[in-house]
Amino acid sequence: MTEYIIFTFLVFMILAAVAALESKDLLSSIISIGAVGFMLSVVFLYLKAPDIAIVQVVVEILTLIILIRVTISRDIRTIEDTRNFMPFAKNVILLFVLAVLAARAIGLLPEVGVNLSKVAQYYLLRGFEETGAANIVSAVILDYRAYDTLGEATILFTAILGAVVILRRKAKE
Amino acid sequence: MIYALCFTLILVGLYGITCKKNLIKIILGFIILDYGINLFLILIGFRKDGIAPILDKSMDINTFAATSVDPLPQALVLTSIVIGLAVTALMVALATRIYERYGSFDVTKINKLKG
Amino acid sequence: MKREEKNRAPTTELNGMSEIVKTVCNWIAGFIFLFGCYITAYGHLTPGGGFAGGVILAASFILIVLSFGKDKISPLLPRKRAEMIEAAGGLIFIFTVWTAIYAGASFCGNFIFKKWSCANFKLLSAGFIPLLNIAIALKVMAGLFLVFFVLSITRVILEGEKLKMVKEE
Repeated sequence: MTEYIIFTFLVFMILAAVAALESKDLLSSIISIGAVGFMLSVVFLYLKAPDIAIVQVVVEILTLIILIRVTISRDIRTIEDTRNFMPFAKNVILLFVLAVLAARAIGLLPEVGVNLSKVAQYYLLRGFEETGAANIVSAVILDYRAYDTLGEATILFTAILGAVVILRRKAKE
Repeated sequence: MIYALCFTLILVGLYGITCKKNLIKIILGFIILDYGINLFLILIGFRKDGIAPILDKSMDINTFAATSVDPLPQALVLTSIVIGLAVTALMVALATRIYERYGSFDVTKINKLKG
Repeated sequence: MKREEKNRAPTTELNGMSEIVKTVCNWIAGFIFLFGCYITAYGHLTPGGGFAGGVILAASFILIVLSFGKDKISPLLPRKRAEMIEAAGGLIFIFTVWTAIYAGASFCGNFIFKKWSCANFKLLSAGFIPLLNIAIALKVMAGLFLVFFVLSITRVILEGEKLKMVKEE
């Protein structure tokens, strides 16, 4: 049953993503991205990942606010998207080749819902008594892999620093 | 089959990055690619009829380990989502600068290499 | 849309919205802040944690900026203070995982839990995990608020023939 629900949501997500990319109006394409993100959050909830569902909802709201606030207030709302045929055809052929190659790899993947790594068994069995955290995801992030999280915090800091520096009043010539 | 649809989502994102001319559309393509990859990682760790990896007081640890989904991909994706937001903000900032300099979001009009 | 409206330069102020929106946001922002604190503090027991809580805290400040304009936010969380909070979050994280070396554990080892082991479902359990959750929440909150603030006060306006980027500070 869960798989059919996820299947349906995925079909709608793909439709919304195509609508977001093909729409002529920037506002409606950004709203379509919002639809993709919220449906993704529901899919995460069905995949038994409540932590990620919460983060996805809130991050989606902030993404929408940033995109609308920064892009829509420009004087261009609609865009004409006349593309040359040859580069477009080349890109589509490239994507098609990628899809054909990936179909083989996807066929070799195990069935959805049976795969579980050995380290996950260790975390689930010993995680509570070794860290005391009932939320095993939190235990993995902040105890077993705290060094990873330190690196991720550095990436976050660098990205934000980059945005602030780019938008300084005067870029250094 | 679900994997194939997830990969289709990734391909739609790649299509947006490679084929679109508007910078905002390219950023939207990046966001879709991000979603597809996150969903793929979570699907890898899914277990049929599983429970969320959060221990309850009244739960035996062995049955919990036998039924819970994989916590490791969830931990990795959790940080990746927030970083995706920061990177999106960085790309939007760059697009704003480009708009200021060239007066357009169209990448084909940004081919003048002036300093 | 009228022709004159279309041709006029985009407004540069960040003034805020109508009275109804302001009233509702005034009531709600505090509750959103409280919910973010709850999500952060109970991150080791329930779904949530530092990343989710930090983004919710940032959303409460962003709500105030969007509804009231930037005049209301400047006494609450000015830009300098946001930068300091972000740096403080990073420093709390680094010093906590660094102290573990002097406390006899490895780098990033959970030394508090190993010394005072209390593996029950209480708020003050799980060693330094709540502390790191708070550090990450501070860092994410200040960082995302800062990047939103910088992006929202920047406007590109048409000045004569040339486009120009203005900042309202």
